[in-house]
Amino acid sequence: MSELTDLTIAEAQRRLRARELTSLELTRAVLARLEATDAALHAFITRTPERALEQAQAADARLAAGDAPALCGIPLAIKDIILTKGVRTTAGSNILANFIAPYDATVTRKLRDAGAVFVGKANCDEFAMGSSNENSAYGPARNPWQRDRVPGGSSGGSAVAVAARQALGALGTDTGGSIRQPASLTGIVGLKPTYGRVSRYGVIAYASSLDQVGPMARTVEDCALLLEAIAGHDPLDSTSVPRPVPAYAAQLGAGIKGLRIGLPKEYFVEGMAADVVNGVRDAVRQLEALGAVVEDVSLPHTEYAIAAYYLIATAEASSNLARYDGTRYGLRADRNHGLLDMYQQTRSQGFGPEVKRRIMLGTYALSAGYYDAFYLKAQQVRTLIRRDFEQVFARCQAIVTPTTPTTAFRIGEKVTDPLEMYLSDIFTISVNLAGLPGLALPCGFDRGGLPIGLQIIGRPFDELTVLQTGYAYEQATPWHDRQPPE
Amino acid sequence: MNDYEAVIGLEVHAEMLTQSKIFCGCSAKFGAPPNEHTCPLCLGLPGVLPVLNRRVVEFAIKAGLATECAIAPVSRWARKNYFYPDLPKGYQISQYELPICVGGRIDIEVDGEAKVIRLTRIHMEEDTGKNIHDQHGDASLVDYNRSGVPLLEIVSEPDLRSPAEAGAYLRKLRTILQYLEVCDGNMEEGSFRCDANVSMRLRGAATLGTKAEVKNMNSFRSVERALEYEISRQTDLIRNGERVSQETRLWDADREMTRSMRSKESAHDYRYFPEPDLLPLAVPEAWIAEIRATLPELPDARRERFMREYGLPPYDAEVLTARKDVADYFEAAVRAHPNAKAISNWVMGDVLRVIRERKLDEALVIREWPVPPAHLAGFGRLIDDATISGKMAKSVFEQMLATGAAPQQIVADQGLSQVTDSGAIEDAITAVLAANGAKVAEYRAGKDKLFGFFVGQVMKATQGKANPQKVNDLLKQRLAS
Repeated sequence: MSELTDLTIAEAQRRLRARELTSLELTRAVLARLEATDAALHAFITRTPERALEQAQAADARLAAGDAPALCGIPLAIKDIILTKGVRTTAGSNILANFIAPYDATVTRKLRDAGAVFVGKANCDEFAMGSSNENSAYGPARNPWQRDRVPGGSSGGSAVAVAARQALGALGTDTGGSIRQPASLTGIVGLKPTYGRVSRYGVIAYASSLDQVGPMARTVEDCALLLEAIAGHDPLDSTSVPRPVPAYAAQLGAGIKGLRIGLPKEYFVEGMAADVVNGVRDAVRQLEALGAVVEDVSLPHTEYAIAAYYLIATAEASSNLARYDGTRYGLRADRNHGLLDMYQQTRSQGFGPEVKRRIMLGTYALSAGYYDAFYLKAQQVRTLIRRDFEQVFARCQAIVTPTTPTTAFRIGEKVTDPLEMYLSDIFTISVNLAGLPGLALPCGFDRGGLPIGLQIIGRPFDELTVLQTGYAYEQATPWHDRQPPE
Repeated sequence: MNDYEAVIGLEVHAEMLTQSKIFCGCSAKFGAPPNEHTCPLCLGLPGVLPVLNRRVVEFAIKAGLATECAIAPVSRWARKNYFYPDLPKGYQISQYELPICVGGRIDIEVDGEAKVIRLTRIHMEEDTGKNIHDQHGDASLVDYNRSGVPLLEIVSEPDLRSPAEAGAYLRKLRTILQYLEVCDGNMEEGSFRCDANVSMRLRGAATLGTKAEVKNMNSFRSVERALEYEISRQTDLIRNGERVSQETRLWDADREMTRSMRSKESAHDYRYFPEPDLLPLAVPEAWIAEIRATLPELPDARRERFMREYGLPPYDAEVLTARKDVADYFEAAVRAHPNAKAISNWVMGDVLRVIRERKLDEALVIREWPVPPAHLAGFGRLIDDATISGKMAKSVFEQMLATGAAPQQIVADQGLSQVTDSGAIEDAITAVLAANGAKVAEYRAGKDKLFGFFVGQVMKATQGKANPQKVNDLLKQRLAS
């Protein structure tokens, strides 16, 4: 195994700048590893080795000239729900199997302009709907720690790519936990930024008021570097916020002495794996040892979060997915008799069962006679959930919780019970409803050797405190050095 | 017919004359080859997001202020969800619960009676593309140039009671929007569309009857005829003891009737919800005040002023203020030559005729006039100070049209000045009388008809330039003596 693929982004950056390493060498190593491992892991829907090598050469030219931005020459994976110009972008769905993106998402453009190298489009649950990557029309991605287990979802492929060293970092998206949960199931670091921190332009929409793009990498520092590159106001996204982007990476080492952290009692519930509970409590003790002050707090409306999410997200999705109708792009069913038949055939064939389920649920929640009881009520509950956090954040600067109730489950284990699958998001979902930043990072392993994840939640636009807390914990623990078996 | 009254409400969709579409930078101009004015946004590609065009809001506020609406300090965008090929996202971004303008009124006059038609609301939304059938075998084509063009939807209260009132309302609304240069009001091209809601009830009843929605009326006349038909149809149903169905009916201009759209979705559930990709629209008072300050004098006020200031009769004032550019033209000419009635006659008679002939009135604002206002003013002056005769005037006008030259230039070049000098006319009369001694005798003997002959001869002798009045007076004197 090439040690080049073990480099963190920060380390690779240093070596590239010191001219100890070229992007071409680094990219070749990553591509070779990808080639060798992806038949088994299936982290990618589309691989782009030729383009990657071209990008690497261009990056080397800039590095040689000395005017290279931070991520110049760094090989990354992009979740296949984010548009990459000229490259097939499927959202993990059959309905976009032939869709070549005619433009770059803003986050793609920013990374491309910064000289990053794109090795391929990462596998994901169809239209970002799922918690295991089993809803991908292109087959499941596999957890590199134990290949009969899920990597989590919906950004499963991105997580695997990072954990299995097929890329140095990745972009994922998070609507109900889709960055944080797979990060925790695969033992890597993933951040969902505050809603509005990163542009959604060019990101195939699932739930417009919840979706955010975020970094996934092996270390907190790497995530900070990626976040700096993609964050910022975008005039093409009316929900992106015109706040300056702090230099996150440079300020990571501030330490957490005196930091007030809340531990919400509603996040330690029945049905959680004992190892997960212990792993998180150990982490809390470690944070205290680092100088943080941890207190018990309450987020009383937590129990309503899943219901609220599955009404709001599905309602927005039912509308966002209406455009996939066979008219202008994507799949159009072969034989059809008239307009209605074309719509029905195309969408029946093009969408998988979970997507159909959520479209129906969302349509129902918005329908006449039910709008008030479901959609409107869910939005009102959302306000209550947000207020819970506001109240806690009046006293605390961060909140710490488990990321998931269990470690990685087996492929096929929860597929037959969608509701059971939905419960995997129980700790991540409120963070999306409240629009807050949330970081997931490794805090141990269960008796079976599967990664356990810790979640750190912050105040709106306070990614810095969240990253600093994560960094302090990470630097005091050995988890990030462990790698999945070959 | 008199025991029942019609209750009519109109919904107008007016395309706004902004340069770009409402949520993207594509051109909103009409008439380009299919799908030339498109981009990922107005095609509804995956991943796109709307960005609001500020000018659209400005135009909506203008329209609201001009019709005395209240401008909502905060209004919201909403998604209206349905499937149709001309609607690329599968939803239309519109406004539902909180529109930008509320209340308001339009004043109309029918048969000399003034009436106020209240507005319910005005809101902004995006237009759809166009489906084109029957042009490619049994396939339908879709042109997305119009997708995303900004629309104003103007909803009236059901205050209209007759097809004539409906026609007056539409014409007044259109004129107001044209004055504001917010919409060019072209029903045939589709930039100004109207749907009607019609129901019947016993005169004096407090509640409303069942209403039918009528669509596909492509001109003001169609609206009036469709309403006439609908009123008659519904009245007949009621008189026969039958029920009026709540339905959508299409106007068939060829067969002059409305037909039920039974095939389409019966009661559409649009599943409206607030648009999550756009922020609530907050409009600062200061901006509203700025916009208010840019409003032009509106048609009614201008018409009143023309009657007051220029002493014009109501008909003239109405014709001259039907278009803002014509009113501006008229006033520019009158400023240079203050004979309002004369200028008014020339404008209404000849200038507007030529404009119609040359189809210059198809533009929202006429920029090139067949006769510039300064020339019309000069022309008026030449007539009023008797430099040219009424007969000459026609010819001078034609030449102004043909050459674009100033009237003074034309008169000078061709020596067309009217001969008013008594001496010259006397000389001409002397010559004519001398040459026609026999006829002079006959006239003096009582053949009065010959007067015209002498006038004609004098005019001929002066190449038609003699002032006819003077000729008359002097001839009378000479022939009498």
